[in-house]
Amino acid sequence: MTYVLDAVRYIVEPQNWAGPDGIGLRLAQHALYVAISVAVAAVVAVPLGVLIGHTGRGRTLVVAVTGAARALPTFGLLLFVVLLSGLHLAPVIAVLVILAVPPILAATYAGVGAVDHAAVDGARATGFSEWQIARQVEIPLALPLIVGGVRSATLQTIATATIAGYVAQGALGRYLIEGLARHEYATAVVGALLVGGLALVADAGLAVVQAVAAPSGGRLAPGTPLPEGT
Amino acid sequence: MSWLLDNRALVLDLTLEHARLSAVPIVVALLASIPLGWLAHRVRVARLIVLSSFNLVFTIPSLALFVLLPLLLGTRILDDLNVMVALSLYAIAMMLRGAVDGFDHVSPAVRRSATAMGYSRAGLFWTVQLPLAGPVLLATLRVVSVGTVSLLSVAALIGKGGLGYLFTNGFQRDHPAEIVVGIVFVLLVALAFDLVLVLAGRALLPWARLPKEAGAR
Repeated sequence: MTYVLDAVRYIVEPQNWAGPDGIGLRLAQHALYVAISVAVAAVVAVPLGVLIGHTGRGRTLVVAVTGAARALPTFGLLLFVVLLSGLHLAPVIAVLVILAVPPILAATYAGVGAVDHAAVDGARATGFSEWQIARQVEIPLALPLIVGGVRSATLQTIATATIAGYVAQGALGRYLIEGLARHEYATAVVGALLVGGLALVADAGLAVVQAVAAPSGGRLAPGTPLPEGT
Repeated sequence: MSWLLDNRALVLDLTLEHARLSAVPIVVALLASIPLGWLAHRVRVARLIVLSSFNLVFTIPSLALFVLLPLLLGTRILDDLNVMVALSLYAIAMMLRGAVDGFDHVSPAVRRSATAMGYSRAGLFWTVQLPLAGPVLLATLRVVSVGTVSLLSVAALIGKGGLGYLFTNGFQRDHPAEIVVGIVFVLLVALAFDLVLVLAGRALLPWARLPKEAGAR
């Protein structure tokens, strides 16, 4: 327990937040790596997931590929890529993107595929084009699930970005790696607490986004009077 | 390839250690998630507590958990137990959602008719609910198994990761081939576990036809 107390004391000390090795910079690096990786992954995975969910094609292939991607040890992949390409940020981000794509892709095609057929057929009968159906019917209805996919991708990426510290790319993993290497467990605990805290904050934030993303029709309690003019 | 041949004894040892260290959490997750999942399925408050507490576990990065657990458990950081407890917590957290879904998925009509036919509560559980939840449990367990095998390699950072040793060692010695061997063997262990689960599923759940979307998450 003394490690934890020491770690908390270290974190609440303002001077430890400043400077090139300070908590502030490492926290910002960590958040930035995660934000970039998840954003890139979402740009790749959401359109692909909508396409698969809408057409119902390619599902088997994607299930197989994402399953294999889950088995791929991210840590090994990162070290391998860094050995080949040198110590840059790009390989770290690339590996994190590979990690973040499967959960977003799976949530998107499952969400879009699960949209009530009656709603889709109704839209089609009203004269919506396939593109309009995807954009105005399927995506809004699937949005909470898609955000759920982004949420779990974000958590996994926050966890995995700690190993960037192993290949000297800063971020909160540095505390864990340095602490373990020097047997200074209080330092390692500093990293553990900060990473856990960042994950909790990100998760809570995305939980709110997920609740807001629910289509308004779905949030009306039974018996809620509809607004005027509807 | 020659590196692998020269070091086949080491790779075999690490593979077996990897299989051993990751098998225990997978089994623990299955055993723990059945009663917890059933409870969460039955009792609204339990559902809230169980699901949110394990969501919480899932937000803690694995490396952080590997470091924090010994402080809580009083184990030494290199103990097998430490790594296995940490991975078990993750595996249970991943497994619970599927277990609750599995029990929820059994139609209330089926449950009511079994009760009407005179099934006791225990009989209902063992002969109706559990078998019908089986396919969803199996689908989730396959995801958990793959995730656990892959996650264990991170424990190499604290000096205890089975095949993860090849990653850190290969990196330090600037030897990409060693890392590739590690990745391939992690994939092989994951594949072997998956095969065992699929075969076990076929033997134990001959009626299993996965409900649509069950494996999606």
